Amino acid sequence: MGSLVKQRVLRTIILLVLGVYFILPLIAMAEFSTRGKAGERSLDSWTSIVDDDGLMEALVNSLLLSVTSAVLMLVLLVPTMAWIRLRLPQLQRLVEFVCLLPLAIPAIVLVVGMAPLYAWVNYFFGDSPLTLTFAYTILVLPFAYRAIDAGLAAIDLKTLAEAARSLGASWFTVLWKVVVPNIRVALIGASLLSVALVLGEFTIASLLNFDTLQVQVNLLGKRNAGVSIAVSLLSLLFAFVLLFALSYVGQRRRQTVAEEEIPPGSN
Amino acid sequence: MTSVAPVAAAKPGGPTRKSGAAGRPSAAAWLVAVPFLAFAGIFLVYPTVLVLIGAFQDTNGTFTLDNLTNLFKGVYFDAFVRSIELSALTAVIGAIFGALLTWAIAVGNPDGMLRRIVVAGSGVLAQFGGVPLAFAFLATVGFEGLVTKFLRDNVGIDLFAGSAWLFELPGLTLVYTFFQIPLMVIVFLPALDGLRPQWREANASLGGTSWTYWRHVGGPILTPPFLGALLLLFANAFSAYATAAALVSQGSPIVPLQIRGFLTGEVVLGQENLGKALGLGMVIVVSIAMGVNVLLQKRVAKWVR
Repeated sequence: MGSLVKQRVLRTIILLVLGVYFILPLIAMAEFSTRGKAGERSLDSWTSIVDDDGLMEALVNSLLLSVTSAVLMLVLLVPTMAWIRLRLPQLQRLVEFVCLLPLAIPAIVLVVGMAPLYAWVNYFFGDSPLTLTFAYTILVLPFAYRAIDAGLAAIDLKTLAEAARSLGASWFTVLWKVVVPNIRVALIGASLLSVALVLGEFTIASLLNFDTLQVQVNLLGKRNAGVSIAVSLLSLLFAFVLLFALSYVGQRRRQTVAEEEIPPGSN
Repeated sequence: MTSVAPVAAAKPGGPTRKSGAAGRPSAAAWLVAVPFLAFAGIFLVYPTVLVLIGAFQDTNGTFTLDNLTNLFKGVYFDAFVRSIELSALTAVIGAIFGALLTWAIAVGNPDGMLRRIVVAGSGVLAQFGGVPLAFAFLATVGFEGLVTKFLRDNVGIDLFAGSAWLFELPGLTLVYTFFQIPLMVIVFLPALDGLRPQWREANASLGGTSWTYWRHVGGPILTPPFLGALLLLFANAFSAYATAAALVSQGSPIVPLQIRGFLTGEVVLGQENLGKALGLGMVIVVSIAMGVNVLLQKRVAKWVR
């Protein structure tokens, strides 16, 4: 049993050292954002989050974007992927390739090509930050694809669809009343991932000159580090809550959840 | 970044096709895929092609290789070398410490709180760190950071005695470990979960020690996923932009920041397409890392069978 004791000691050391390594910055953020002008503790940085109009506007933009991007992603992917499994297996590889392609193209490269494209987008749709929905839907494709694909693989889609069709359901009814409820968990997972990703996105928004949360945080940091650090801490904690919730949503598929959460390089 | 794509899922329903349902798809059947393909075509394929073609064009749109040859000269070449060094170094650090952390949670209770917290926290840092990570660092080891102040006031060490290292390559290396280690946890955990307890028991019942287990069983099984994760971490660090952009506002030590310079207009006239060439260079480096990964996993899949 000597090796078991050794294992326990080693495990404790690793968890302690890395735990401190990762928690220290969080503590530092809490400390830094509660510094007062004269060295006392103060919540000024935290209260001025709400007072800062630019920041609140950017936050609203980001929240709206996280919804619109998740919706567009679901509308584009779910019918297409279900249909491919049912009727168009020929397209399986192409769609998979397209969905995973954003992983091979860093966002910083994609934005180089998107800059001229967005001149057109803004011409047709106005220059609202919500036009970022298009770019963000692309960014979330790989994660959404994996989550939805795992969901579809877990049900007997063909049989379900044939049963519904033989009872006279239209294809739309099949999609809405059979497919969607059966892969609900996967859809929630895909949506949560894309919400978190959109809220954290900086590269494309900043280089296309749109005001989103992360862009404002970065800008604000130049004159008032305290507020930026407070918002940063808040957004890290918020993302943590989202992903922590996701770990319960995906309970039944614990193994696949770990694989889904593979990064986009929003760093 | 993609890992060993866990994608080719088994198709339910078996290979037998019912007549009619999935015969030759009609023209109308193809139409369903049009919205998705059109969208991806416009917002993914078109911008990508624009970059790839632009890399071979001068300002007038004529074919040229000048942009690409410039990649091998002066600041641009240096930026590539630095980017690759930074990515390789943080990939190795991330892979080693990440693997240790993964092991520490994998041997624990699979439904335990500790594991959930580490996995969710890793997801946050690996995927959504970006700008917040840069500020986490300013708060910790910036000029007025918690650790900086503590060391200065209580220990007498000035972290910035040498230089403003946090805003240069050493600082980037340190910050990058904060998303590389978590990424390793996420990518490597499924591999460690795949180790069966029975193997360990078999090793013990045959008189093996911990060492023989890792030397002859665990090690060989985990080597391919470890190398795959290493390549993935490399590609991830190489593509990363937000943290570096928030931290480094002057100068462009690495390629993504060089590209920023081209997009924000700090460019010599007539060299606009050089930014696209830099983009092409990045895509090539990332594709090589991921291509090697795919080959590696394919080989392994063959010999595991």
